[in-house]
Amino acid sequence: MLRIRNLKSFYGHLEALKGVSLHIEEGEIVVLIGANGAGKTTLLNSIAGVISSKKGKISFCGKDITHMSPQRIVKEGISLVPEGRQLFTSLSVMDNLLLGAYQRFKREKRFQIFGDLERIFEFFPIIKERRTQIAGSLSGGEQQMLAIARALMAKPKLLLLDEPSMGLAPKVVKEIFQIILELKKKGTTIFLVEQNAHAALKIADRGYVIETGKVVMQGNSEELLGNQEIKRAYLGRGYQEVWE
Amino acid sequence: MGVEEKECKLWNPNFKSLNREKIEQIQLEGLQATVNRVYRSVPFYRKSFDKIGIIPEDIDSLSKLSLLPFTNRQTLIKNYPYGMFAVPLREVVRLHCTSSQTGEPIVIGYTKNDIEHWTEVSARVLAGGGVTRDDVVQICLDYGFFGGGLGFHYGAELIGASVIPAPNLDPVKQLLLARDYRTTVILCTPSFALKLIAAMEEENINIASLQLKIGIFTGEPFSEDMRAEVEEKLKIKVVVSYGPPEIPGPKVSAECEKRCGLHIFEDQFIPEIVDPQTGKVLPPGEEGELVLTTITKEAFPLIRYRTGDLTSLNTSLCACGRSFIRMRNVTKRTDDMLIVNGVSFFPSQIRDILTQIEGAEPQFRLIIDREGTQDVVDVMVEVSEDIFFDEMKKLQGLKAKIEEVIFEKLGIRTKVKLVEKKSLSQKGPQKIVTDKRLK
Repeated sequence: MLRIRNLKSFYGHLEALKGVSLHIEEGEIVVLIGANGAGKTTLLNSIAGVISSKKGKISFCGKDITHMSPQRIVKEGISLVPEGRQLFTSLSVMDNLLLGAYQRFKREKRFQIFGDLERIFEFFPIIKERRTQIAGSLSGGEQQMLAIARALMAKPKLLLLDEPSMGLAPKVVKEIFQIILELKKKGTTIFLVEQNAHAALKIADRGYVIETGKVVMQGNSEELLGNQEIKRAYLGRGYQEVWE
Repeated sequence: MGVEEKECKLWNPNFKSLNREKIEQIQLEGLQATVNRVYRSVPFYRKSFDKIGIIPEDIDSLSKLSLLPFTNRQTLIKNYPYGMFAVPLREVVRLHCTSSQTGEPIVIGYTKNDIEHWTEVSARVLAGGGVTRDDVVQICLDYGFFGGGLGFHYGAELIGASVIPAPNLDPVKQLLLARDYRTTVILCTPSFALKLIAAMEEENINIASLQLKIGIFTGEPFSEDMRAEVEEKLKIKVVVSYGPPEIPGPKVSAECEKRCGLHIFEDQFIPEIVDPQTGKVLPPGEEGELVLTTITKEAFPLIRYRTGDLTSLNTSLCACGRSFIRMRNVTKRTDDMLIVNGVSFFPSQIRDILTQIEGAEPQFRLIIDREGTQDVVDVMVEVSEDIFFDEMKKLQGLKAKIEEVIFEKLGIRTKVKLVEKKSLSQKGPQKIVTDKRLK
C-alpha cells in the first residue's frame, strides 16, 4: 500500500531523515519506534506532506505522492493524527469533526458525510455525548479520541498516528490501543509512532526501529519484542506492562 | 491436496510468491538496516567503509550494494573470535564453530531471533522437499560445532514431523534405525548416502524393508549422475539444500519439488554473482562466484561475503510458483578446496604436512577417484635422494608415516606412493590435483 524508498527530509540544511525505506501493506498495523529526536514525527509529517523539503520516493497505492500537497495527500486517502492532537480547542467537538471532512464537502453529498459521522458516533459514543462542548474542555483521552475521529472523517485508507498515548493515564492508553485494534478490524491500515513501544508492538504486525534518521532494525512484532537491544533501549529494563 | 496445503502453510505464504517489487523493497529495507547496524556496531565494517569513503546513506538502492567492500573467510579468521559480532555477547544465545577446512576456527553467533529465522528457513527447505508432519525424519548430520544438524532438527520439529537425531552413527546402524523406526526422510551429506548404499549391499539389507521417500542432501557438491544413482538405489527423491557454514546455518537456498535450481531465500539473503578475478558483478545467467549479504541476521551479519562457490543465477519464474530467484547447484569452487568422503581440505595443507616430515619433499600430486561408493585419494610424494636408495623397510615406514599424519591432521585416508626426487617436478606444469570423480 505505502512504499517509501530512501526518503531524506530536511529542515533547512539539517538532514533529519537519512534515507529511510519502509513499506506498509493493506490491513497492517505497523509501528515506528525510536528515541526522541530520531525522526519519527518527521517521517509521519513527510508522508503527510507537511514537510515538503525531501528527496527519495513515497508511493501510495501505486501513485507517487512524494511531492504532493498535504490536502492532496488527504484526498488520496492518508490522514494524520498529529502529535499532541492539534485540535481546534476553541471550536466545538462537532465543528472539529466536520473540519476533518472539509475536503469532502465539495465533492460529496452531505448525507454521505453525515452518515459517516453517525458511524463515527457509534464507534465513539463519548464523542457523541460531548458533540456540543468546546473541544478544549474535553479530557486528554477524549481529545485523543476526537483527534482520531476527526482524521477518520476524511475516510482514510491509511491512518498515521503520532504518539496517541502521550500524556494519557494508563487506563486511557489501554482504551486508545483498543480503539486502534478495532480500526484495524474495520479495514483501516495504521502506521503508528509510539514512545510506548511495548504496548505498540503488542498490537502491531510489524515494526521499524529508527535511530538518528536511519532505520536500524525491522521485523515482525514478536521479533522486535524479543530483541534485547530494543528491550534495553526502548522498553526499559523491568518495564511496566501497561497493556496486557 | 493435504500435502500441498500444509506445504503452503509451512513455506510461509507471505514469502512464497512475492512479486519482484515487494522482494526488492524488503531487501532494500533489510540491507539499509543491516548496513546502518554494522557501521554502528562492528569496528571492522566501520573501518572498511571509511577506508573507501562510503557512509551507510550512500546505499540508496540495491544496485549500490556493489559499492561495499567484500568479506571472505580470511576476514572471519582475522577477526576471530568475536570481532564480527554486531551485538554484545550477552545477547548471543548460541555459538557455532566451523573449523574443519583450514584449521583456523571461525565462530558464528546467533541471537534468539537468528535461531528463529534459521528454524523458519530450515522448515522451508524441508517443506519444499515435501516433508510433512506425517514424516519420520532421520538426521544423519553433525549436531556439534557445525550447526547443520541442529537447524534441520528445529525446522523438522516446526513442521511437526517426528525427528530422530542420529549423528555419529555408522551407516549400518543408521540403516537399522531407519528400518525399525520406519524413517521416511533422511538428511545427510551426499557421500554419506553413498556409504549407506555400500552398507546396504554389504549387510544384505533389503531396500524393500525401508520406507524411505525423500533424501535431503547438504554440505557437499554432487553431480546429477550421483543423484540418479542414489535415487535408484535408495528409492528416494533427492532434494538439495545449499549454504556455506559461515553464513549462519547452511540454509541459504534449496530445491523445490520441481528440482530445477535452488531457490535462494531472498527475504534473508541478497545474492550476487561476481567475477572471481576482478570482483565485478556479473549479470544473471553468467557463471561466477556467489556473494551473499545477510539482511536479517542480528548477531553475525555478513556484507558481501565471498562464498568461493561457483554458480549462476536464474531470474526466470519457476513452475512451482515461488518467486525467489534460483541458483544452479554448486559443483565447483573458485579455490582449490577438495571434498573427499565428506571431509574438506586444501592441497596446500598436504604440502604443509609433507614439509614437516623428514625424508619427504613438498612435491606431490593428488589423484582422486571413486571406487564404488568411496572416494579414494592417491598421493604421489617425492622423497629426498638419500633415502630413496636406502633399504625398503625405511621407505615403507615413511609411507605409513605420511598416511598416518595426513589422517591425523585432515581426517582423510590416503594411499601414498613414493617416487624419486624430481620425477614430479621435471614433468612440467602438471596439475597438482587430478579429480577423476567429476567425469
